[in-house]
Formats: sequence, C-alpha cells, structure tokens
Amino acid sequence: MPATPRPAPVSARLQGATGPWELVIGLEVHAQVASNAKLFSGASTGFGAPPNSHVSLVDAAMPGMLPVINKECVAQAIRTGLGLKAQINLMSTFDRKNYFYPDLPQGYQISQFKQPVVGEGVVVLDMADGEIEVGIERLHLEQDAGKSLHDQHPDYSYVDLNRSGVALMEIVSKPDMRSAEEAKAYVTKLRTILRYLGTCDGDMEKGNLRADVNVSVRRPGEPFGTRCEIKNVNSIRFIGQAIEAEARRQIDIKEDGGAIVQETRLYDPNKGETRSMRSKEEAHDYRYFPDPDLLPLEFTQSYVDGLAKGLPELPDAKRARFIKDGLSPYDASVLVAEKANADFFELVAKDRDGKMSANWVINELFGRLNKEGLDVGASPMSAKQLGGIIDLIASGSISGKIAKDLFEIVWTEGGDPARLVEERGLKQVTDLGAIEKAVDDIIAANPDKVEQVKLKPTALGWFVGAVMKSTGGKANPAAVNEILKKKLGIV
Amino acid sequence: MTDLTSLTLAEARDGLAGKQFTALELTDAFLAAIEQANPSLNAYVAVTADQARAMARISGNTLAKGKGRALEGIPLGIKDLFATKGVHTQACSQVLDGFKPTYESTVTQNLWDAGAVMLGKLNMDEFAMGSSNETSYYGPVVNPWRASGKNADLVPGGSSGGSATAVAASLCLGATATDTGGSIRQPAALTGTVGIKPTYGRCSRWGVVAFASSLDQAGPIAKTVRDAAILLKAMASHDPKDTTSADLPVPDYEAALGKGIKGLKVGVPKEYRIDGMPAEIEKLWQQGIDWLKAAGATIHEVSLPHTKLALPAYYIVAPAEASSNLARYDGMRYGLRVPGKDLIETYEKSRAQGFGKEVKRRIIIGTYVLSAGYYDAYYLQAQKVRTLIKRDFDEAYQKVDVLLTPATPNAAFPLRSMSNDPIQMYLNDIFTVTVNMAGLPGIAVPAGLAPDGLPLGLQLIGKAFDEETLFRAAEVIEQAAGRFPVSNRWWTGAAPGKSRKTS
Repeated sequence: MPATPRPAPVSARLQGATGPWELVIGLEVHAQVASNAKLFSGASTGFGAPPNSHVSLVDAAMPGMLPVINKECVAQAIRTGLGLKAQINLMSTFDRKNYFYPDLPQGYQISQFKQPVVGEGVVVLDMADGEIEVGIERLHLEQDAGKSLHDQHPDYSYVDLNRSGVALMEIVSKPDMRSAEEAKAYVTKLRTILRYLGTCDGDMEKGNLRADVNVSVRRPGEPFGTRCEIKNVNSIRFIGQAIEAEARRQIDIKEDGGAIVQETRLYDPNKGETRSMRSKEEAHDYRYFPDPDLLPLEFTQSYVDGLAKGLPELPDAKRARFIKDGLSPYDASVLVAEKANADFFELVAKDRDGKMSANWVINELFGRLNKEGLDVGASPMSAKQLGGIIDLIASGSISGKIAKDLFEIVWTEGGDPARLVEERGLKQVTDLGAIEKAVDDIIAANPDKVEQVKLKPTALGWFVGAVMKSTGGKANPAAVNEILKKKLGIV
Repeated sequence: MTDLTSLTLAEARDGLAGKQFTALELTDAFLAAIEQANPSLNAYVAVTADQARAMARISGNTLAKGKGRALEGIPLGIKDLFATKGVHTQACSQVLDGFKPTYESTVTQNLWDAGAVMLGKLNMDEFAMGSSNETSYYGPVVNPWRASGKNADLVPGGSSGGSATAVAASLCLGATATDTGGSIRQPAALTGTVGIKPTYGRCSRWGVVAFASSLDQAGPIAKTVRDAAILLKAMASHDPKDTTSADLPVPDYEAALGKGIKGLKVGVPKEYRIDGMPAEIEKLWQQGIDWLKAAGATIHEVSLPHTKLALPAYYIVAPAEASSNLARYDGMRYGLRVPGKDLIETYEKSRAQGFGKEVKRRIIIGTYVLSAGYYDAYYLQAQKVRTLIKRDFDEAYQKVDVLLTPATPNAAFPLRSMSNDPIQMYLNDIFTVTVNMAGLPGIAVPAGLAPDGLPLGLQLIGKAFDEETLFRAAEVIEQAAGRFPVSNRWWTGAAPGKSRKTS
C-alpha cells in the first residue's frame, strides 16, 4: 500500500456528530472462472442442473481420488491477470485450507495461499472528478464449495455438490477505495474487464461474482483503523449499501468512545444493516500447507505471451480509440461499459459518422431498450436497421424528424428502413418546384405574416413550420429555408 | 503333485504356460490355503472366492489359446488400501464401514489388465499407520514365523502386515502393499519376504486411500526378488490421473536380473550404525557387505549426516498430511455415521468411533504441527530437514550407485509387546523413513536368521528411478543367503517342517 494512502475526496467524507470521517475500503472479489469443467475434475460447471448431477469422484472426495489441474482454468487466470496489467507468476503453488463443513467434501479447499498465480496489478476507474487507480494485490485460483440446502427437510440439511470444485478467481484489491461509490465503480469496472476477457460471465444473480468487503473508518489524515469484513455480498447495489451501513455503525461506535472489533460480518439487505458472523477469536485456524497431491504450477513466459496475443481489446483501450474517433469521453464511457453495447455500436458506426452513430445508439436505441427493460442482445432493432436509418439521414433522404418516426416504425414493425421510406412516402421532398409551389401558396395566403417577417427576420421560423406542415414534414428543410429567404427578400 | 501354493510366482507362471496345472487349480489351491490359515493368521479381511474363480476361468481360456499375459492366472492378494470396484475397501478402518468403491485403483487395474487373479483384500494397520499391524479395525495379523521352540504369536510388521504374512504363509503368489515410512520393507524383513518401495511417482496413487500423499508409494511384497521384479513391472505406470506419477517408461525389471554387480559401487552409510544395535543386525550387515564384495562390487563408506533427523521430521510431515487427508471421513457421504444432536456432534461421534487410537494420535499431532503459531516451528522445519536429507543422498550418489543398510533394527516381536509405547514402535522405521523422505526406491531382501530363528532383512537404497540396480543387487544377496521359507507351518496343525515340500 502507498506510504501516504490517498485521502478521500472531501465530498466522499461522512459527517459524524463530532466531525468528518473517511472510509477505507478493500475488496476480495470471487469470480467464477468461465470454463466447461471444474478446476481439478472433469465434471461440468453447467448452471441449473439437478442437484448432485455434476459431481465427479474427485468432487465428492471419494477415498483415493486425486486432483488434476484444468489447464484452461489456469489460462483464464493468466488472461485475467494480463487484463489487470498484473504480474504473472511463472511458478505458483496450491495450498490446502482446512476446515470442516458438509458442503466441503474434502475437508479442505484447494487454494493458493503463499504463491498466487497473479501478483500486483491495477484497475483504473473513471469517477466524476477524474480517474483513480485501485491497486490489485493478487489473484489466485481456488475451488468453490458445494451448497447447503436447509429448506428441503424438517430435520436434515441437504447438500448439492454441483458447485463443489468449480474454479474461482479470488481477486484481492488494495485498500485503495474511499467511498461506496468508488467501491461500486471498482466492481463494475472489474466485471466489465472480466466480461471483455471472457474469463467470467460476471453474473451476480447466479453467484458467479461476489465480494467480501473490508471496511474501516478514520479521521482524515489518520492511519488506517481496525477493519471489519462483510462476507459474500452479491450485488453491486448491496455492496454500496453494506459499505454505508457498516461505515455508519463504525462511526457511531467510535464517536461513542468505543473501539472497533475486527470481525467477520454479514449484510442484511432487508434490514439495511450488518451483523456479526464471527469474531477474530472465533476465526478458523485454516492450517494452510502446500497440497502434496499437486506439483507447483509452472509455465513459460512464451505461453503467457501467446495468451497475451489472443486477448481482445479491453475497455480502457476501446474507450481511448472511440474518443480518438471523435466521440465525447462521456459517450465513449457509456458505450464501453458493456462489451455487447460497444460491439453493437461498432457495427452501427462502421463506415458511418461516429458521433452521429453514437447519438442514435445511446440516445435513441439504448434509451428505448432501457425503457423496455431489455439489453442489447434482445433488441428488436438490429445494428443493420439502425445503420440504415442513419444512412437515410446522411444522404438527405429523410429529415431528423422523419427519422424518429421511422425509428418507431422499425422498432415496432421491423423491416428495411430504405424500403419503408419508399413504401410509405416518407422520402424528403427535394423537388424545388414542389417546394416553391408550397412556399408561394403560404406567402399568398398570409400577407400579414409577410409584412411581419420583413420587419423581424427571425419570424422566418413560422414560414418554415408552415411549409413543413403543408408538405407533411417531407420537404428538405434546407431547401425550404433557402427558397423562403429568396422569395421574402431576407438576406 | 507339488503343493501349488509353495511355488514362486515365476514358477507358477511357467507351470501355467507349460500347462502343468490350470489357472483354476492354482486359484483353488490358494483359496483352500486361505480358508485353512486365515483363522490363525488373520491376513485377509475379505476373500473374493467367486470373483477369483471367475477371473481364473478367463485366464484359463486365455492360456489355453496361448495368449497369456504377463500375470495370466496368477493369484494375488490386495492390501485393503487399494480401491477395488465393488469389493471391501476400508483401509482396515471402522470409519469406512461398508465402503465398496465404484472405481478401481490404477495399480490394481494394471494387474487385472495383465491377467492377475484377485484372491481378496489384505489386512493392514488402520490407514497404513502402524509398524506391527495391530491397529487394524479387523484385529492384528499374526506372523507365520515363530521363534525357535516358542509358541508366542509375533507381529508381522506393518503397515502391510497382511501382505507380508499372506506371501510368507503362501496364501497368495504376491501381494500389493504400500510404503509411507517403511510399510513394505519392514514387514517384508520381519517375514522373510522381498518387498520393494519403488521411487515416488513410479506407481500411480490414484485409487489408493491416502495416508501421507508426498510419501505414499505402492509396491509389491513377493517371495523372491524375481517375483518382485515381475510384479513391479505390472503395477507401475504413468497415470495422467495422478499428477505426481512419473512420465517415464517402465523398464522390464526381470530382464535386469542375472546380470551380476561387477564394478557396482556400494555405499555403507556410517550414520546407520546406531547405538544399541543388536549384534545380529551388525553381523548381518557385515555379511551383506562381504557378499556384495565377493560378487565384484566395491564398498565405500559414505555419510548421510542428517539421518538422525529423519524420523522426527517424518513424524511431523506424515501426520500433518494425514490430518488433512483424513478430514474427508466425516460421516457425511460414505462409511460410518454416528448420529449426534447436531452437525458438530455427528462429526465428533462419527470420527471418535470410526478412527482407532493410533490414527487419532496422528491426526492430533498433524493438526497441532500445522496450527497457527506452530507451523514454522514444526512443519516448515521438517520440510527443511527433508531438503537436507535429499541433499545427503544426492551427495552420496556422486560417489556410489547404491546403499546397503539393515532393513530393521530388530526381528519380529511379540504381539502387544510395543503397542503401548508409540516411540518404541516408531523406531521400527528408523532405517526406512529416510528413503520415503527423499522419494527414493528401497528394497528389503531376507539375508539371514536371528539366533532365535526369526528372519532378518537387508535394505538396498537406489537412485531415483533406478529400481533395476536394486533388483540386480538384491538378487546377489538372495543367491548368497538362500531363501527363507517358513519352516513351521503351525497353523495347518501339521508337525513342524513336515507340511512343506520343496519342488
């Protein structure tokens, strides 16, 4: 950690009864590795299967069974490390974390305690008042446990081992966050990176991404306070709420002259409070030691380099490219937040004006998707259709106003935008004779307005509107303007 | 007709090939011998007679077509530590009560693939923890040997006491065994049989109930050096399911025999000359040196300076790993469950009843040495000692090809004479544990009799993956010393020395 930990922005301070407080937050994120098979067995990782249907002899810890590392999970961890600009350790080791629980058949979790596969890295966050960097302490591979089911039988608990042995990446941040907003931004950004890399689907509802949140408070300028760890928070919203609730609890204790006890806590989203799970004295002694069933995990730099070559463009790089292509930093950030959104945008923007494409994708399409509660994958309008609408505007075939109507038609009815324009006569009138006639008719019918506009040229707008109305909005507005000015003698 | 059970494995193989008897006759002879002996010796905890006969019939057909494989029709006993599909596999522990796996260990599968016949599962110390086979849930194994003129029951050594007894008493032609600190070599030495612990990684550990993963290694116990060579060849393989198994070709060990040891450099480690070593052990060792010298080897004194630290370090490393490996026996998924009022009590009751005293002792030691605040002082120190022990051997092997030591500090001792003194019991492994700590191969070969008529063995320790040299050198000792079949088959009720014919 830095010698002088970054102070919280003044805006992020929490006001107590006796003055301001700063939060210090670090996160341990557990991300399920996207892989077909578990970390040490060939069993499937498929979600939603009947209980205990994805369980190998190894996962059930039958006598004499041995773990064999799944190389794809290792590759995913390395890819993630590269995405976090982190140190990749060519030699790492697996350790056993020993404790008893029925959803842990071996009686130990295979994890990496002493020598993780990935070392220090960094995640950059775009906050309202600028960029901040959150340090990554380490990333290691470990097995997930099974699941205890306490509601299946009045007297017994059941255990589902489908998750048992599934590969997790534990990504440990440095205590570099200073507000709930920053912590939420960190998890959001981390999830974006993982999804870009394809190393974790980031699905928090399925528990595929969850966080242990370490929170402490201090007076501005003071060293770190005693921290509490809030276990297993499974949504970004709850992470924010849990931090706020825990910080308030700690501030109240300190302001009442009490001391924070280091302990593990749980967040209850219904009550909006954290409660004690176990204290430091009750903490398990996990008796970590190197797993004698597994040789050290070793690979070459050229293997890492090969994986690096295969990495996709990551959000920070994509954002920079979008800005270079003329997008505003805000639009670029919105687009890269979800890889599927960025991909959709790039399809639309291909060979088209970037800024105009961004406007239509973000304001019209995403706005509409949001309203309907859909994500881009479920969009009724394809990139090709939206691109078609933009082409029609660019070529002057339709006006911006007609384009919005056309958007509505394509959204609800579907179809090829160009053909719709033809079939429904939406095409902008650029026939100057027709426009001239419409202009002449308006001028003839409104002599009083003609007098007004000669005194006050800004009244031209009324004529434009009238002509547009009389042509059903199809007249080319530029042509209307020009002809009106000429006929009315406005320079 | 010769008593078929008295044949060596190699003799039986040749007899089967020459159609002197059938595979079924051979298997039936062993099943009869087991039936007669087991009430006295308690070597088998499960006899799979139907399965044995079915396998023997198949072998009989294969042999009739002249297509016999390496172990076609050879009846073997299997230590209860090896998973055998659908058959009793309990590591001789109550905690695995009723457990029959749905899978077959790689080592036993290799044997069946070579045509061998399974007679049953052999008794052992519970979870292979013991040096006398007295910690078995199924009761102690009795050594077929008795001291001259005495009737006291003796231990066969452990933990592969069932394997050693079954081979010595001719209740199988060979047996699988495992060795974590001496569990093949010590019982072999105490029963006048040959036992080899191959290099760590030579045999797959997949499907072998784990005791201490970094030390456990399977190997055979057999009547002769040749038989052991034949068996190890069949047991060993590279196994992708065990990442610690070695991806190396398995040599034809039998082909290494008969080549002599002219020019072989034999090291004699001075640190193995321990205080209070019985005169007969000292004498036996010197005799072994003389035999090897007479066969053309050169003898060199070497030093393994960290030898005295091996046993204490072993009793940290092995229990540490065991405490973790045995955590899975929690009464939840298989084996014994003793219900309690809640989860914790169910754990406590199941494990309290399921594990015997020695296993509990080692789990507690292992848990202690891995605990926060003690890890550095015990486990980490022990690992450092282990590195030093390996270095000792590396340096010795700069000068010599193989080491010769006693196999055990004493001959077989009476049942229950040491079971209340764990330290004394642990000292049984003083010559064998260093080999496990260094991952090297070691063979115990019978070399003589103590004054009271009990067998004694010598140990040869080789370079990693050089089992061939061990077989070559062991054969020289075997030829010089002669073989040591049990002379008094007291369990048959026949008069001493009369029941056994030699072919």
